[in-house]
Amino acid sequence: MAALLEMRGISKVFPGVRALDNVSLSVQPGEIHAICGENGAGKSTLMKVLSGVYPFGSYEGDIIYDGETLACRNIRDSEARGIIIIHQELALVPLLSIAENLFLGNEVAKNGVINWGEAYQRTEGLLKKVGLKELPTTKVEKLGVGKQQLIEIAKALAKDVRLLILDEPTAALQENDSQKLLDLMLELKAQGVTQIIISHKLNEISRVADRITVIRDGASVSTMDKHEITEDRIIRDMVGRDMAHRYPERTLNPGPVLMEVAGWNVWHTEQAERQIIKDVSFNVKKGEIVGIAGLMGTGRTELAMSIFGKSYGQGHKGSIKMHGVEVDVSTVPKAVKAGIAYVTEDRKGLGLILEEPIVKNITLANLAGVAMRGVLDKRRETRVAEGYRKQLAIRTPGVQQKVVNLSGGNQQKVVLSKWLFTEPEVLILDEPTRGIDVGAKFEIYTIMKELAEQGRSIVMISSEMPELLGMCDRIYVMNEGRIVGELSRAEASQEKIMALILKGEGKAA
Amino acid sequence: MAQDQKSGSALGDRLRENGMLLALVAIVALFSILLAYQGKTFLQPQNITNIFLQNGHVIILALGMLLVIVSGHIDLSVGSVAAFTGAVAAYLTVNLGLPFYVVIPLTLIVGGCIGAVQGYWVAFWRIPSFIVTLAGMMVFRGATMWMLGGQNIGPFPKEFQAISSGFLPDLTGIGQPHGLTVILILLAIGAQFWLGFRARARDAEFGIEPEPMALFMGRTVLIAAATGFVGYQLAFLKGLPNVLVVLIVLTVLYAFFTENTTMGRRIYAVGGNEKAAKLSGINSDRLVFACFVNMGVLAALAGMMVTARLNSATPKAGTGFELDAIASVFIGGASMTGGSGKIVGVVIGALIMGVMNMGMSIMGIGIDYQQMIKGLVLLAAVIFDVYNKAK
Repeated sequence: MAALLEMRGISKVFPGVRALDNVSLSVQPGEIHAICGENGAGKSTLMKVLSGVYPFGSYEGDIIYDGETLACRNIRDSEARGIIIIHQELALVPLLSIAENLFLGNEVAKNGVINWGEAYQRTEGLLKKVGLKELPTTKVEKLGVGKQQLIEIAKALAKDVRLLILDEPTAALQENDSQKLLDLMLELKAQGVTQIIISHKLNEISRVADRITVIRDGASVSTMDKHEITEDRIIRDMVGRDMAHRYPERTLNPGPVLMEVAGWNVWHTEQAERQIIKDVSFNVKKGEIVGIAGLMGTGRTELAMSIFGKSYGQGHKGSIKMHGVEVDVSTVPKAVKAGIAYVTEDRKGLGLILEEPIVKNITLANLAGVAMRGVLDKRRETRVAEGYRKQLAIRTPGVQQKVVNLSGGNQQKVVLSKWLFTEPEVLILDEPTRGIDVGAKFEIYTIMKELAEQGRSIVMISSEMPELLGMCDRIYVMNEGRIVGELSRAEASQEKIMALILKGEGKAA
Repeated sequence: MAQDQKSGSALGDRLRENGMLLALVAIVALFSILLAYQGKTFLQPQNITNIFLQNGHVIILALGMLLVIVSGHIDLSVGSVAAFTGAVAAYLTVNLGLPFYVVIPLTLIVGGCIGAVQGYWVAFWRIPSFIVTLAGMMVFRGATMWMLGGQNIGPFPKEFQAISSGFLPDLTGIGQPHGLTVILILLAIGAQFWLGFRARARDAEFGIEPEPMALFMGRTVLIAAATGFVGYQLAFLKGLPNVLVVLIVLTVLYAFFTENTTMGRRIYAVGGNEKAAKLSGINSDRLVFACFVNMGVLAALAGMMVTARLNSATPKAGTGFELDAIASVFIGGASMTGGSGKIVGVVIGALIMGVMNMGMSIMGIGIDYQQMIKGLVLLAAVIFDVYNKAK
């Protein structure tokens, strides 16, 4: 049977990064084809090439679709050919009705005047197809994420879809909603809609997929038929085996347990019934670097921020002890006072005041440390900032520079300085090397190593498994809001982490 | 990795302040020349006194407005609140016969309470400040009319009028020239040089790129000369007006507050990036609330000043004050999104507006043209800012 879609030798280069390197993918008509890979492996980039987000000519290689070369200039072109992609972040307008969303940009209209009667009639037909019992006039914001996902699919069906691409469709869904979605996928397959699903969830893949293609570091590693699929093979293919980065030598010398989190439960900030952190317990010893591994969206950042002054979520339950004594971390100042600091993954959005100089950013979390009765001692403030500039080697002509002018690595050092000035005992570092070039990464690792040697404890959240393996004394593995396993430095490996993530679904270790 | 090389931002900010000052000087010079052709003198003692008397309320409102705008909000209600508090002061003084030393603090408290109510909704309920204060603008305009019953209340006793039309008594007893004024002006000039050199020394110590000596001296001498000239003129009229004393004290106080206190710093942080400020342990809600309370108190002060100057509380008082104050803040270089702006800039901004008002009035330019010109100046100042930032 001739393939519906044939992508051959696709390469896509961004300034400084080769995101896709000679990727090939072949999708048969009527099949569900799964694409697996780690965060940043290039799955989404490949789908953007296919759907015309990156227009024809901006990539190398050929796309043969339905026997012809596909040359899309934009998403409209690909949609005209029946290729429709549903992104992880849903593209619905919350304040418009279901019917309005379904035909957005594609209205049932004559000369610009909408025929509401026909629109509602067609909406009802589409809603029946996806198994949703809602009125066409219901506003989308009233629906849960699961139902919104179904609306997205109905929207695709409204456009006469032939190849439906779902990018991690169940990432934000609860178990029963996920099941419904997978059922719908199988139903659509029976109706002859070819589908591509991007997912890391092994149980889902094995349930719906006919074939799997694994992508790693921008290259397709393998394609397996359903009967060839084994977890071990997928895991091995996904992680590969190269340690590209180097890490400073660490001597492990952990002291007594410093911070202990027990039975920590947190619910979603807006959706009170949705539990994000489920009965999490972990501890950090003095002078130890502890990693938290897991895929994106498993609740690692939410865990860290909920511990840090309840900055995330609601209905917090559980206890946090420092030095064996339970502490109150209900507000950020209380958490800081308890000796906890949190360095955010979102440097620009949550970490820095970009238009302010370095010195004002560094002292922001501890202004009392450079003030007397509320009056700032600017001399002392500058000395403090200069001290950190030297200690962490922040490359800048002076501490009066606005942080917006600094490189990512230097900005990260400013955020680190800010929290070090609060004299924390435990530093929670969330993706500390994201968006930083390789040289600066090594500097950040070295700073972490030195901090640990000074007796500070570090919790390192990272999606890059090699850096967790290279830096951590111990690694906790998180999935779906739970800790699903704990590995010592000696026993940890990328395969074991990935196996815990994929197999540990639903069970706590 | 190469050093992050960008031109010193501190220097860029200073360039802007100097630019503002030059604009003010240029506008004064322009009016002096234009009026000289009409055979009038612009810089005479009465005019100089009047600039402060007639624009004092704008400067006071602009000081509070800067904090509100820096924190990322806006207050459209200040004109109505000033009218209302003016009416309250009139009622207390004229109808109840209370003495000024009771009326003034009571009115300030009323203003603070009004600010607290509006701030409560903005800070703790996250109602957009534009909406809350737009409502306040209507509510307090109506409340003013209700309070005054559609009539004016006045006149006031001399002590209350002195808030706006009084002059500092000459404690030295020289009389002409006004001895105390001379002494204070000389002290002020000395303070400018002393503070200027101290700041330079501190910059050098902190490793801040120093301003070229010529520029620094040029500016300081210019300001000192202007201070000396204004002081000389005032000393041979009636001395320092009370309004000017209040303005100078408040300006120094707010400049110190914004630049040298932890609370001032935190307000800028909240406006610059509220999420980052919150994650740094800053209680942004409480700070925004405080900014609105402060605005209310200053609106009451401005309201009393205007009422005292007109010698009656009128239902129409304070119309458009909020726009003058907001314009001054933006001409003074504050960012529309919050997080930046300086007290000195705002005061210069308000003075530019005031000088233009007065100059154009003396020249006999109609109110129609005045409004158009003021609008264009505001637009030009902000375009200049945006252009400078984009460079």
